[in-house]
Amino acid sequence: MAEGSIAGVAAGLAAEDRIAVASNWKLVWWRFKRHHLALFCAGLLIALYMIVLCPDFFSTQNPETTDARQAFIPVQSVHLFDDGKFSPWVPAIVGKRHPVTLRMEWQADPSRKVPVRFFTPGPVYQVFGLFESRLHLIGPADPTQRIFLLGSDRLGRDQWSRIMHGTQTSMTVGLVAVALSVILGVVLGGLSGYLGGKTDQVIQRVIELLQSVPTIPIWLALSAALPRDWTPIQVFFAITVILSLVGWTTLGREVRGRFLALREEDFVLAARLAGCSRMRIILRHMVPTFLSHIIATSSLAIPVMIINETSLSFLGLGIRPPAISWGVLLQEAQNIQTLALAPWLLIPGVVVIVAVLAFNLVGDGLRDAADPYSG
Amino acid sequence: MTEPTSPVPLPPVPLLDVRGLQKFFPITKGFLQRVTGQVRAVDGVDFTIHEGETLGLVGESGCGKTTASRCILRAIDPTGGEIRYHTRAGDIVDLAALSPAELLPLRAEIQMIFQDPFGSLNPRMTLLDNVGEPLLVNGMGNRGERTDRVAELLRLVGLRPEFMHRFPHAFSGGQRQRIGIARALATNPRLVVADEPVSALDVSVQAQVLNLLLELQSRLKLTFLFVAHDLSVVRHISDRIAVMYVGQLVELAPTDAIFRHPRHPYTAALMRAVPVADPRVRTIDGILGGEVPSPAAPPSGCYFHPRCRHAEARCMQETPELREITPGHFARCHFAELWPERDAA
Amino acid sequence: MTSDTAVPLLSVRDLRVSFTLDDGLVRAVDGTSFDVMPGQVLGIVGESGCGKSVTMKAILQLVDRPGKITNGQIMFRRRPPGQEAGGEVVDLALLPPKGAVMREIRGAEIALIPQEPMASFSPVHTVGDQIIEAIMLHGHRWDAGRRITRAQARDITIGLFRDVGISMPEQRIDAYSWQLSGGLRQRAMIAMALSCKPRLLIADEPTTAIDVTTQAQVLALLRDLQHKYNTAIIFITHDLGVIAQMASYVVVMYLGRVMEQGPVDEIFHAPAHPYTRALLRSIPGLTGATRTALPVISGTLPHPFNRPAGCPFHPRCPDVMARCAEAVPNLEPVGPYQAASCFLHHAEASAT
Repeated sequence: MAEGSIAGVAAGLAAEDRIAVASNWKLVWWRFKRHHLALFCAGLLIALYMIVLCPDFFSTQNPETTDARQAFIPVQSVHLFDDGKFSPWVPAIVGKRHPVTLRMEWQADPSRKVPVRFFTPGPVYQVFGLFESRLHLIGPADPTQRIFLLGSDRLGRDQWSRIMHGTQTSMTVGLVAVALSVILGVVLGGLSGYLGGKTDQVIQRVIELLQSVPTIPIWLALSAALPRDWTPIQVFFAITVILSLVGWTTLGREVRGRFLALREEDFVLAARLAGCSRMRIILRHMVPTFLSHIIATSSLAIPVMIINETSLSFLGLGIRPPAISWGVLLQEAQNIQTLALAPWLLIPGVVVIVAVLAFNLVGDGLRDAADPYSG
Repeated sequence: MTEPTSPVPLPPVPLLDVRGLQKFFPITKGFLQRVTGQVRAVDGVDFTIHEGETLGLVGESGCGKTTASRCILRAIDPTGGEIRYHTRAGDIVDLAALSPAELLPLRAEIQMIFQDPFGSLNPRMTLLDNVGEPLLVNGMGNRGERTDRVAELLRLVGLRPEFMHRFPHAFSGGQRQRIGIARALATNPRLVVADEPVSALDVSVQAQVLNLLLELQSRLKLTFLFVAHDLSVVRHISDRIAVMYVGQLVELAPTDAIFRHPRHPYTAALMRAVPVADPRVRTIDGILGGEVPSPAAPPSGCYFHPRCRHAEARCMQETPELREITPGHFARCHFAELWPERDAA
Repeated sequence: MTSDTAVPLLSVRDLRVSFTLDDGLVRAVDGTSFDVMPGQVLGIVGESGCGKSVTMKAILQLVDRPGKITNGQIMFRRRPPGQEAGGEVVDLALLPPKGAVMREIRGAEIALIPQEPMASFSPVHTVGDQIIEAIMLHGHRWDAGRRITRAQARDITIGLFRDVGISMPEQRIDAYSWQLSGGLRQRAMIAMALSCKPRLLIADEPTTAIDVTTQAQVLALLRDLQHKYNTAIIFITHDLGVIAQMASYVVVMYLGRVMEQGPVDEIFHAPAHPYTRALLRSIPGLTGATRTALPVISGTLPHPFNRPAGCPFHPRCPDVMARCAEAVPNLEPVGPYQAASCFLHHAEASAT
């Protein structure tokens, strides 16, 4: 009889009191805490979403600033200490034309140090469109200089700053698309599972239809249908909606299954016999029971959305320049020549991998923690 | 001035009078869900329960005892028959014919105790919310009054009122069963349907819960419909016992009478199958062969005849009626009068 | 066989199994000792959490992580090839759980009848095939060291089906487990368990999931087969009625310890331990007064992380004494074949 469940048989013991009065969310948190890797990844995701809130603060310069003379500058790594003292600097970059190819070749020169400062004033930007600020997390001590923490692209734009802005777009697309999917999935899946009968049949057939359509062509078709003259913001929202229209089906199925299973639970019958209304049974008894599962499933769905957005944009069908997303950034790394010349342009791909892995690990941790009553 | 009284005392109106209760589940086949047959889970069950009494409903799995009890609670809708209930207000209503809206005010009067102490409480709600929910949805009292009532109920079932802010996961099976009982009693019900309330519990806890049910019954004048498969438990708690087999009642009698003189061979076989906790009394003889037939395709005539040692040609053709053999003792057997002497032979 | 009966087939000594969980250490079996004689039906009875199922798993070396046998011996007398009696004694607790010897013993010399027969048969093979497979794997049990053919194994299986009372065995052998009713499935499971002529059969709550009339059939069958094959059986159940009807010797467990053991008649008619007495009083019977309060064991089962010090039963014991909370009583003889771990009887022993 549920031996070894985390709470077990407990009443009346002082040490057990903490567990006894712990709500479900507390139990979930306690279990999640034991997953050290998931906990670390959750921290990472929080950091990423801080960037989403205000990418300019983390950037060193305007991501759109171009300078053909500063194209393909390699990574300038930050050194924190100078002669044993805390005094951060980056090596200066010196360029030389290759005598044969006449191409500019950049070399880091550690003997010439460009001092950098944390929380330093830099280019002006808007915070939430409300007020202006000049404060940046990191920047050159001399605001007239440019530093390239992750190198620059073919137009001499700073990749570090562009990744910060790309993070905002890509992570938001993932989150918003999943939020829309969850709404669609919970409402339609819930209706399907709770009402049953004809409604259920219709919704299930629609889900089957949506799932049987190959996704890449449907995205191609839908995004090709987007008017060319839409602003990047409009395209951005259109892409999110397109992603969620396909994405809700899995969640809808899951919610329906939960509803069907929960309908048979004794405590739901008990609520019915107590005289609870249908609405109360759904909102008070059924939804809270599978909410933790929905959250876990959603956190596993976000990386899928991010990958989808990245692939679409990479193919030039999703978010289009001048908007910046991880996919748009990776577009820069499309040809082999650039790759050989400027391998640092692949760094956005590393960011995608890290973000997707973090979401997956957090999702796994949440899924394991979601049901504190099992085993 | 005295009120006119009837010269002879009228028999009391039963609290519950079930007549010809039926519940069929359709068997569907194929993509179009064509109905190809019926599972006659409950097929014409009649019984009454008087106020303050305990009726035990026993049978093996699939006999329809749980389905019948869920019909009375209107957790499922019966296919046919009447469930006449004598309300607190004094009216007699047919629960089977009421709409969900008409049923709502009666929900408070008929409550249920579940078998599984782990699945019947909402794990996301504290005891206060679990036990207090019937009060809340029936509009009984404000928050303060409900808290007082929950404290009183917890004390009534032998739990400390301080526990009310805890969640169900903090309690053992036996304690959860007490919580379930407290919830069932919250609205002051008159009829409590207990579906296998002790079969998931340990032996020592079983006795505690049985004692609690008996005590609550005498204190609160409760009426129980006690559904169970364990004959010794049913015998201990019931005033009268109804035995079901393949959707039908085969015997209904006061507890003493049914154990002393079972009038149906199935009842007798059921009693002999119980392993008695005394090595000097050899019970299980395993003499009842075969298995319970499916209610989708019951045998002809008497449903029990393929397993009955005394079956005759008549049993295969003629379906016996539930007859009153001695006053208050009903049995569904052509040869009920000859039992149990015949069995001994 | 004559001299053989005095030597135990299985001898468990001071067995301890514990589970290291995140929330603490659970001592599921905490110093259990008992013997199983050849051909004896030993009943192990107790409530949930008493360690009866873990003991069974330890004997078969099936304790899953994080569980671990931390102490004790499980001495099992193996059957010498081609002989019925005697044999070398091995300590099962020391054998590697997945080693060849343990695999040979499991299934062939110690067989298990599980609680849920549905889960024990694969749904994609016929019941017959699975039993034939087992017979061919341990074929020498049937034909003194020689391999047997599939046809022979099939005949043996049909014979076994007949033995366990499955009608039309020639047809039923080709059925899938899900085509059989609960009772037939349990019979097929028994046939499977007997297929390698085990010396010891462990029945773990074999009738809990089935109905009372079917239970009676299965119990009667096990009783007949036990007489026929003279197999030793460890019968694990929480049902005192089943124990009284089936076992010849009974071990009563509580919180991982043996409270009392003795012949079935003594346990039911002269119980020596307060726990056994209380347990027997608390069950309603088919005779006696109805609708009266049953004598109960007060209190609740302690949490597995919070075992009481001293005798595990002392917080609920009606005869509790001061020393019960301080020391753990040992299993001491209280009769010719009966022993109890209770200071009530230690006092008598020390007085004499």
